[in-house]
Amino acid sequence: MRSTRRIAAFAALGLTLAACSSEAGNQAAEESSSAPTVAEDVDFPAGSTMAELSEAGAITIGTKYDQPGFGLLNPQTGDPEGFDVEIAKLVAAELGIDEGGITWTETVSANREPFIQNGQVDMVVATYTINDARKQVVDFAGPYYIAGQDIMVAEGNPEGIEGPDDLAGKTVCSVEGSTPAQNIRDNYPEAQLTTYDVYSKCADDLRNGNVQAVTTDNVILTGLVAGSDGAFELVGNPFTEEPYGIGLELGDTDFRNFINDVLEEAFEDGRWADAWDRTAGSITGEEAPEPPTVDRY
Amino acid sequence: MQFLSDNSDLLWSAFLTTLSLAVVSGVCALVLGTVLAGMRVSPVPPLRGLATFYVEVFRNTPLTVVFFFLAFGIVQIDLQFPSRFITAVAALSLYTAAFVCEALRSGINAVPPGQAEAARALGLTFGQSLRQVVLPQAFRTVVPPLGNVWIALAKNTSIAAGFAVTDLTAALQRLANANADQLLSVFAAVVAGYLVITLPSAWLIRVVENRVAIVR
Repeated sequence: MRSTRRIAAFAALGLTLAACSSEAGNQAAEESSSAPTVAEDVDFPAGSTMAELSEAGAITIGTKYDQPGFGLLNPQTGDPEGFDVEIAKLVAAELGIDEGGITWTETVSANREPFIQNGQVDMVVATYTINDARKQVVDFAGPYYIAGQDIMVAEGNPEGIEGPDDLAGKTVCSVEGSTPAQNIRDNYPEAQLTTYDVYSKCADDLRNGNVQAVTTDNVILTGLVAGSDGAFELVGNPFTEEPYGIGLELGDTDFRNFINDVLEEAFEDGRWADAWDRTAGSITGEEAPEPPTVDRY
Repeated sequence: MQFLSDNSDLLWSAFLTTLSLAVVSGVCALVLGTVLAGMRVSPVPPLRGLATFYVEVFRNTPLTVVFFFLAFGIVQIDLQFPSRFITAVAALSLYTAAFVCEALRSGINAVPPGQAEAARALGLTFGQSLRQVVLPQAFRTVVPPLGNVWIALAKNTSIAAGFAVTDLTAALQRLANANADQLLSVFAAVVAGYLVITLPSAWLIRVVENRVAIVR
C-alpha cells in the first residue's frame, strides 16, 4: 500500500516536471521570435578582432547552460537562452553576425578563464563577476548587470533569516569555488557552510531540511525559487554587489571598447531592458532595473 | 609559492580529508569485500545469490550514482547518514567492496582445489577451511589486483567533492575559481597531494607482492 502511494507520488512528480518543461518550451518559442536586428555594412579597423569575426561571420561564445533566466540550455533547440544569451546576441548582431553564425559553448565557472586564454571562445557571457584576480588573466567589458548575493530559505522563512548576520549557527549551502561561498567563509564565519558542486543539490538539501538556507547571487536563486512550486522563498535583501561582465582575451582593448560601446547603446535605446523583460524578467516578474554604468578601467 | 603558503591550512586539511576517506573506506571495503567473497564461494545457494546480486549491482553502477542515492535518495525512506563524510565513506566502501570481492574471488579460484579438499578431509568446517587454508593463500595471490583497487579508490574519493566533503578536489575548485591567476600552482599542489598517497602505495604494493607472492 505504502509503495503504491510512493509510486503515485513519483508519477505525479514526473507529470509536474513534464508540465514545467513544456511551459519553458512554449516560453522559449515566443522568445526566439524577437532576435536583435543584425547590423549591415559594418566596417572595422583592419586586423582588429571585430574585423576578423565580422568577416568570418562566425563567433564562438561561452555561456552557462544551467542557470534559468540567464543561460539555460533548451533541450529542444539545443541552444541556450536567457539574459546572458540575449546580451551576447546583441554584441554579435552589432558585428554583423546573425544567430546562425553563433557557436555556443558551455563555460562552467571553473573553465571560463582557460577557454578565453586558449582561444576556445571569443568571449564569455556567463554570470561572470568582474574581480581583480580575474582581471589579471582576462579583460572585462561591462558590467551589463549588477547582481547581489542573497539568501533562499524554506517557504514561510521558519528560521526568521533576514540577512547574512542571521546565518550565525545555521547551516547554509552554496557551491564550492563560488564567490558567494568564499564571502560567507571570509565575512560570516559563524555560519555553518556546506558546499556542493551545483546549486540544485543545495536546493535538495534545503528541501530535505539538511540546510536552513542557500546563498548565492540573487539571479540564480530566483530561478530556483521559480522552479520550486512555492517550497522556497527569497529573503530579498542582497548584501553584496556582483558586477557581471563580458570576458575576453587579455589586452584586446579595441574589442573591449567596442563591446562597451554596444552595451551603452543598448542601455540607451531600450534593447537592454527589452532583453531583460523577455528572459530573467519573465521568470521573476520584476521589471528591468536601472542599467549599470560601464566600467572602462 | 607565496600563494601556496597562504592557503597551506586549507590544502593540508583537504589532504587529510582525502587520505582519511581513502583509508577508512579502504578498510571497510576490505572487510565487506572479504565477507562477500566468502559468501560467493559458500555452499549455501541463497548466500551465493545475495553476494552475486550485490556485486553485479555495485560493480555496474557509476560511483556518482551511488553517492547521489546515499546523499539524496535514502531521505525518501526517512534515512540519513549523520554527516556527509560518513555518507562518502559509505558510498566508497559499498562500491569498492564489489571490486575487492571479485579480486579476492579470483584468488580463491587460483588456490588448487586439493587444498580445500585436504582441509575438508582433516575435518575442518567450511568456515575454518576458508579462514585458515584458502583465504591466506588467496590474499597472497591477489596483492597486485587489490593494489589496483586501492589506488582506484584513492582517486575515486574525488567524487566526494561534489557532495559537500572538502577534499583535495574541493580545494582545487575553491582555489582555482577564486585565484584565476594562480591556476598552475593550484593544480600542482592538488596533484602532488594525490601523488603523495598513490605513489608510495604503488611502491609498497610491489614490496608486499615480492615478499608474499606464491610461486606456482
